[in-house]
Amino acid sequence: MNKSSHPILSMVVSRIGLGFLSLLIVSLVIFFSVSLLPGSYASAILGQNATPEAVAAMEDKLGLNQPALWRYLSWLGGAATGDLGMSFAGRPVLDVLGPRLRNTVTLAAITAVIAVPLAITLGVLCARFRGRFLDRFLSTSTLASISVPEFFVAYIVMMVFAVKLQWFPSMAGIRNSMDWGEQFYRMVLPILTLLMVILAHMVRNTRAAILSVMASPYVEMARLKGEPEGRVVLRHALPNAIGPIASVVALNLAYLISGVVVVEVVFVYPGVGQAMIDAVRNRDVPVIQACALIFAAAYIGFNLIADIISIISNPRLLHPR
Amino acid sequence: MRYSKGLLGGPGLSSPRNMAPSRRGFLGGTAMIAVSLVMPAFAGAQEAAKKGGVLRYGMNDGSQQDALEPGSWNTVMCGAAFNGALCNNLVELLPDGSLAGDLAESWQGNADSTRWTFTLRTGVKFHDGRAFTAEDARQSLLHHMGENSTSGALAIVSQISVIETDGEDRLVITLSQGNADFPYLLSDYHLSIFPAREGGGIDWESGVGTGAFRLESFEPGIAVRLVRNPDYHKPGLPHFDAVEFVNIADSTARLNALLTGEVDVIEDVDIRNVTLIERNPALKVHRTPSLRHLTFDMNCSVAPFDNPAVRNALKLAIDREDIIAKVFLGEGEVGNDNPVAPIMPLWAETPPQYVYDPEAARALLKEAGMEELKVDLSVSDSAFPGAIEAAVLFREHAAKAGIVINVIQEADDGYWDNVWLKKPFNASDWYGRVTPDWLFATSYTSDSPWNNTGFKNARFDELHQQARAESDQVKRAAEYAEMQQILHDDGGVITVAFVSWRLAMTQNIGHGETGGILPADNHRCAERWWRTDV
Repeated sequence: MNKSSHPILSMVVSRIGLGFLSLLIVSLVIFFSVSLLPGSYASAILGQNATPEAVAAMEDKLGLNQPALWRYLSWLGGAATGDLGMSFAGRPVLDVLGPRLRNTVTLAAITAVIAVPLAITLGVLCARFRGRFLDRFLSTSTLASISVPEFFVAYIVMMVFAVKLQWFPSMAGIRNSMDWGEQFYRMVLPILTLLMVILAHMVRNTRAAILSVMASPYVEMARLKGEPEGRVVLRHALPNAIGPIASVVALNLAYLISGVVVVEVVFVYPGVGQAMIDAVRNRDVPVIQACALIFAAAYIGFNLIADIISIISNPRLLHPR
Repeated sequence: MRYSKGLLGGPGLSSPRNMAPSRRGFLGGTAMIAVSLVMPAFAGAQEAAKKGGVLRYGMNDGSQQDALEPGSWNTVMCGAAFNGALCNNLVELLPDGSLAGDLAESWQGNADSTRWTFTLRTGVKFHDGRAFTAEDARQSLLHHMGENSTSGALAIVSQISVIETDGEDRLVITLSQGNADFPYLLSDYHLSIFPAREGGGIDWESGVGTGAFRLESFEPGIAVRLVRNPDYHKPGLPHFDAVEFVNIADSTARLNALLTGEVDVIEDVDIRNVTLIERNPALKVHRTPSLRHLTFDMNCSVAPFDNPAVRNALKLAIDREDIIAKVFLGEGEVGNDNPVAPIMPLWAETPPQYVYDPEAARALLKEAGMEELKVDLSVSDSAFPGAIEAAVLFREHAAKAGIVINVIQEADDGYWDNVWLKKPFNASDWYGRVTPDWLFATSYTSDSPWNNTGFKNARFDELHQQARAESDQVKRAAEYAEMQQILHDDGGVITVAFVSWRLAMTQNIGHGETGGILPADNHRCAERWWRTDV
């Protein structure tokens, strides 16, 4: 470890510390805000039988009569060791969410693998051929797809490819009994929808980040030295635009984990977003908390990685004087 | 639509509309009812029914909380897949609303309806080969009882004091209080029969029942798949080789699944899609009148609703036809401020029919010196679908009678906890009950837990007690008729509409008359329906 990496190292360590601190604060907010939800699990589940005795028996069974602080600490302790407790319906939260989370991560990963390289390439091309046909076409179409709510994109995709053309099934309801091919075939439409939603965002931001760097004096210098335009973009502008690009990619990846609820509902995809809606409807607090914590961890984690990437790619930190 | 929204109860029940109890339909306290095998509702259906094929049913309310434990069932998905396909009850509600034996062949009550003896069907086997005996039936009921029960059938089983077996094929149930309707209550969908365990309790974990289908796979909130039980105890049933219940919560996605052939039937069709479906020659919309009714409830114990003139004026100041046409697009029937559904066995006419008459309403208020009537009506979208629009129309109707209705849009979330039963004039969604007795005990007697109308009427309470164990059926019908008339004349319910279960399906699905007490042909679509294209 030479001297020059010290500032980076200390910054990275402090970022990681901050990440954990944010997660801790978020966990507090999650725990105590869930208790503000009107209604209770006991009355949601017992329905017609919600006599005071039955509600008391239910709350006793669920351990809801313990002091809140104690419940929070035991929940946090469990979560830290990977134990998210028992859902009110009596199954471990991990059993409820495990398969759902796997489905969501699969969907997100396939989408990300396609979307991230594609978006950065398109963004760079837009920046390189600024104002030409390709740039104008992509800018217009991405603006259009950002302006349309995602459920609408989902319905359009469904109408065209499932109802009219009948190429793909309208339901992405994958099940354990299906083989890989069948599962992937059913996932095509949700992936396509998500691609349309996040590609646009990432392409526009990549283009903007590169163009803002292109306005700086050293790019002017490179041009004056007679470097070809493509090389200017890739060698001089892109490395310095990595930070902002990384943040927008991180934001979109986190969205893929936590924000795909609408797409999951429309395509009946059994992911973690649907699980959370279900849990909110039933007031199944341990499941709601676990989902919120997973989403928060995804956001904080991806942003942390983006931060670290931008720190490491920062030439001022890489080559301190 | 779930059963557990805070007001939904167990099944209600329907029957031929004639008041005289039919011999097989309504139970005499001492009548001995023997039922042979169950036949589909109309003759000839049996010949038309073909064997084979798969039924794929798109559900609206499956949940990741769904489990095989019968006390926890509160979604239509559990009801149709577990209660209706995997299991049987002791009794079965036929499509016409009458009660037939299922795992019980016959039953008999004593003179005061406190002791009921059920004779059970012999030779029935669970899916794993275990023989069904009286002990299985006993444990299946006991499962819902006990100190810390959180079962959905608690209200029913709490009437039971002792359950005894008498040999392999007899079950004797003693009630703490006479109830002439008791056999009907055993049709509650939680009271499915599972195999007893050695030493007490039931084995629900194995997913083994006596029903027409065996469990193949169950992914909570996603799908349940069941395959034909070749040893089913009802001759000639079921018709399908397999049934799949798939959860599709989004109504557009549900419709698309039907259009693209992913499923054969969908439930809870959005009223805006009805015409679209009816235009498609490959599809049909199927409606079954149900017990469900949507209401505006006035609290009779709180001013100004404690004044009968105010209640009657408001009942006359609403144009129900207009609301049904505009909000429900014709998908509903006008009520007559009687919460008992016309399809129920002891339903009675409660004349006169309330019609929109703003002048009469104005005159009533004038007479009572209440010309300056201003009331707040609390609604939200979760009260019932279309509640806000219906309330706004009501405001316009009432304005013509000089009544000012201030529509308060409450938060969707927590409506049932913070508004319902608490605000003096609110919108409510009722799923009805098996019998008028249970319906009244739930919401209309002075001490009922869900008395949303704050109704306290001594004569009504007295009749309710009398009729409960009354074994003379004619007298009993008269008592229930009087109770319904009291609610119509004096109660706080304004029935906006009675609604039907609304399904859409492909033309390839055949069925007889469908029951409307519970969704999905009283949950038993899997064993009653068939494919016409196999």
